[in-house]
Order: sequence, then structure tokens, then C-alpha cells
Amino acid sequence: MSVLVYTESEQGKFKKTAFEVASYAKAVATQLGTTVTAVAINANDASALGNYGVDKVLNVSNSQLDAFNAKTYADVLKQAAEKENAKVVIVSSSADSKYLAPLLAVGLNAGFASNVVDVPSSTSPFTVKRTAFTNKAFSMTTIDTDVKLVAVSNNAFGLVESSGNASAEDFSPTLPESGVTVQSVDKATDKVTIADAEIVVSGGRGLKGPENWGMIEELAEVLGAATACSKPVSDLGWRPHSEHVGQTGKPVAANLYIAIGISGAIQHLAGINASKVKVVINTDAEAPFFKAADYGVVGDAFEVVPQLIEKLKAFKAQQ
Amino acid sequence: MKILVCISHVPDTTSKINFTDDNSKFDTNGVQFVINPNDEFGLTRAMWFKEKQGASVDVVNVGGAETEPTLRKALAIGADSAIRVNTAALDGFQVAKQLAKVVQDGGYDLVIAGRESIDYNGGMVPGMLAGLTNANFVNNCINLEVDGTNATAVREIDGGKETVATTLPLVIGGQKGLVEESDLRIPNMRGIMMARKKPLTVVEPVDANAETSAVAFEKPTPKGAVTLVSPDNLDELVNLLHNEAKVI
Repeated sequence: MSVLVYTESEQGKFKKTAFEVASYAKAVATQLGTTVTAVAINANDASALGNYGVDKVLNVSNSQLDAFNAKTYADVLKQAAEKENAKVVIVSSSADSKYLAPLLAVGLNAGFASNVVDVPSSTSPFTVKRTAFTNKAFSMTTIDTDVKLVAVSNNAFGLVESSGNASAEDFSPTLPESGVTVQSVDKATDKVTIADAEIVVSGGRGLKGPENWGMIEELAEVLGAATACSKPVSDLGWRPHSEHVGQTGKPVAANLYIAIGISGAIQHLAGINASKVKVVINTDAEAPFFKAADYGVVGDAFEVVPQLIEKLKAFKAQQ
Repeated sequence: MKILVCISHVPDTTSKINFTDDNSKFDTNGVQFVINPNDEFGLTRAMWFKEKQGASVDVVNVGGAETEPTLRKALAIGADSAIRVNTAALDGFQVAKQLAKVVQDGGYDLVIAGRESIDYNGGMVPGMLAGLTNANFVNNCINLEVDGTNATAVREIDGGKETVATTLPLVIGGQKGLVEESDLRIPNMRGIMMARKKPLTVVEPVDANAETSAVAFEKPTPKGAVTLVSPDNLDELVNLLHNEAKVI
């Protein structure tokens, strides 16, 4: 009986979240007095997982799995969980993991808790803390089934290095018909995505138009951050919907969220409340975002942001 | 095409969230309930299919009689009939099992559910429903076209989007993008009058236990006051982010 964790990779390379869920799995395995088995699909160097507490890696290598497919991937994980007799299965909160998780829950007849932000407060009953009401509250949730499925919120647990060696084993599951075929993917491969980002720089209507986004992108580049926007900005077509954060957009659980020219509507705040540190730059000192922020600058974004970029460049140069 | 739209009855987005019974239950006192925003995009897309391609559209909710005004609103927007599964919604798995019975009994070709509800945010019902009914499934769906039994969907992925081909029967987890927000419909007086006469069927639940339980709730720790930094002293902001917050 081990804890099973799905460690996502892209073009053979593990995502940062793979190491985060591995770290989380290690903590759960320690609580349960057991080991961690990771499932790595078409990953180049699975031994890296040993640095984050993984004891064994099931290496799945199959060109049919090059493109993500929720049903097929869920079935691979189901077969791995059954092989390992896993009682706890852990995935990340990426779009792909959240896509496959409910299918996996049905396959394993596992109770499923998503958006989990901490290790179990108890393993019997198995109780986890998760966000609810779009980050306006936390719910202590028990999972009552024999097999438990947990999706960990991004950046909630962080990376915990450990000095272990992961043994490797080839695993060749049976692949079912998928029923859904990817025709095309439209993705900027050189940009940090909101889901993976530790820092997000977000712009609102205060930027006055899409032509002014250059400084948002430059600030994001200096910080190694993802760019995002408020709902009115995506509704106006200044930025793509995939950058819209908020209740009906993407949730952001970054370590640092910088909001520029965003007043802070309740729906926007609900989407970013899981972020740890919030900085707001706005001309309006009465903007509701200042009540939710940790640090604020009352000032004109067109004057503040270019200066901040220069200050950060100087800071980075000194590091 | 026979479409079922799953409607979650959720607190209005601006609701204050409070709990009762020693923080074990959501306090519905004074809360206005609405159609879950992600479901509303799906319902409007279903209306598009009805008007452009001749589909029938039913709506369903798992819940007590108190959810009927939300179902009536969906009827006023244009759904043909409504089904209420007469049991409290306990968790995603239990709700999905109730919905699966409705889907199987109704022989639906396309089921549209919001990618997640804005109350418990589980994001599990559409996928579980697909798994339980052995239908194809597309999550985070931002566009859907159906031609006969073939469907083409666009779904949002981290950092972009992808287009997929699939076939009916199909379940989608829908969201903003399925239709523009400006296309969302507000019930007009005629729709409200007509909705009163449309069938709202109450069906009894199947035997299904919840697999998870929310045993207690807590609210985030109240935040301290914002630390304001002068726009003329941005070195201080960099210093605070590095030394105090330790995020850069």
C-alpha cells in the first residue's frame, strides 16, 4: 500500500507542480507510514523525483500518450493505483489533472477532494482542508471511501526536498479508446502560464488600452511571472480570455500577485484570494483592492510601473 | 438533439459567506440564490442549439423544493422542461450518481454542466457524470459545435486552448466563452409567464451515499491593513517584497 502521485511532464520535462505534488505525497506517506510511488508518463529523467520524496517511479513510455487525453490518462493512473494497491492518490490542480481526476474517481470509486491546501489534519478519518466558496472560506472535508483522491492546489504546499533515491520500473498499461481526439493546440510555449506561475502580474481597465500592455509584459519578464487581466479587459478583447482571472475566469494561487489598474471587484478578489502576497497599484486610493492587498502604491501606473521595472532590474542585477 | 443542462443553485456571487451550527453548515439566511454562472453560459449555448439546430433542452437540479425558483428561471430563459431530483446535494459523487440516472432515463445526446459551481468549487460533477454514463467528456469547454453525432469542441488549457473532435453522447464542463457574456439572457415577462406552465417534474433519488463530507468550515484570517508605499520610494517596495514578504 503506497501513496500514488501523478507527476506531470511536458515534452519530457517535469513541471514544477510535479515536484510539489511529490513533496505533498511524501508528507502524506509519512503520516501513513508508507512509501510514495509516482506515475511518470513519457518523462525523460524520472530519477529527479527522488529529490522530492518519491521512492518508486512507474515509467510509462508510449507515443500514444504524447498528447494529453483525460480518459486515457485516467485509465493509466487507475491501473497504476490498482497495481500498487494505493489507498491515497494525489494529483495537481492543473487544467489537465482537474480534467482527468473525476474520471479517475469514478474508475477507482474514490471520494475526491479538490483544491486542497494542506496535508491531512487526520488520516482516520482522512480529513483535508480545501478552499470553498471561491476562496471566501475553507472546508474541512473528510473522504470516507477506501481509496481517496486528492487534488492539491498549486503553490499551496511548496517544494520540500529530501535526499532519497527513486527506483524505476517500466509500466505498460492497457490503453483504452479515448473517444476524444486532439486536432490542434494553440499555446504560447515560451510564456509562464498562470497555473504554473509563482508570480502573476495582472492589468485592469486602468491601463486604458491593449497598446499599453508592453509594460505589464516587461514587468512580468523581469519577475519571471505570468501575465493576467481583469474581467472587463478580457470582455473588451484587450487580452485573451485565458488571461482573465476571477470567479468565472482562472483562479490564481500565486506567491505574489501584482494588480495594476484593477479596482478589485468582489468576483476578481474571489479568484485571487488564494494568492499569498498581493500588491496593488492604482490611482484611486479608495479602490476596494487596497483592503485586500498586503502592499499598495497609490499612483499612476504609467509612472509607477516603468520605475518599478527599473528598480527590479537593479535589484536582480545585485542578486 | 436532446440536451440536458445541469443547473446548480448557488449563492449570488456577491453574497457574504457565513456559517451556522458551530461552523458546520452554510448560513443561507439572507442569501439570494442564482443559477451557477458557469451553468448559465451552458444554458445559453443550449438555447443556441435549440434555436439554430432544433434541439430540445431540459434542465435538472439535485436539491430540495427551495431550488425550484432557480429551475423556473432556467425555464423562463427558454428551457423546455425541468427535472428536480428530490434530495439534498451532499457531495459531487452523490450528485453525479443522481444525474447519471436522469441522463440514462432521458436518453440525452448532450449534457452541459458548468465546469464547477461557485459554492463548493469541486469541479467534479461533469467528469464523474461522463464516467458514470460512459459518455465522452470535454472539460473547460469554451466552444462547441455539433454536426449530427460528431462534435468539435475547444477547451481552455494552461497557457492556451486546444480543439478536439469527439462524438455524442457527450458531457461538457462548460464555462465563460461558450457564449459571450453579452449574450446571456435575462428572463423577460413573457418567458416568466410561460415558465409557469412548463413542466417541472420531481423525481425521487436513487440510493447513493456521499463519499465526502464537509465537517467544518472556517473563514480566512482577517487581513491586516495594507502597507502603503510612496510612488516616489519604490526601492522600499522592492525591499519589502524581498526582505519582509520574501516573494522575490
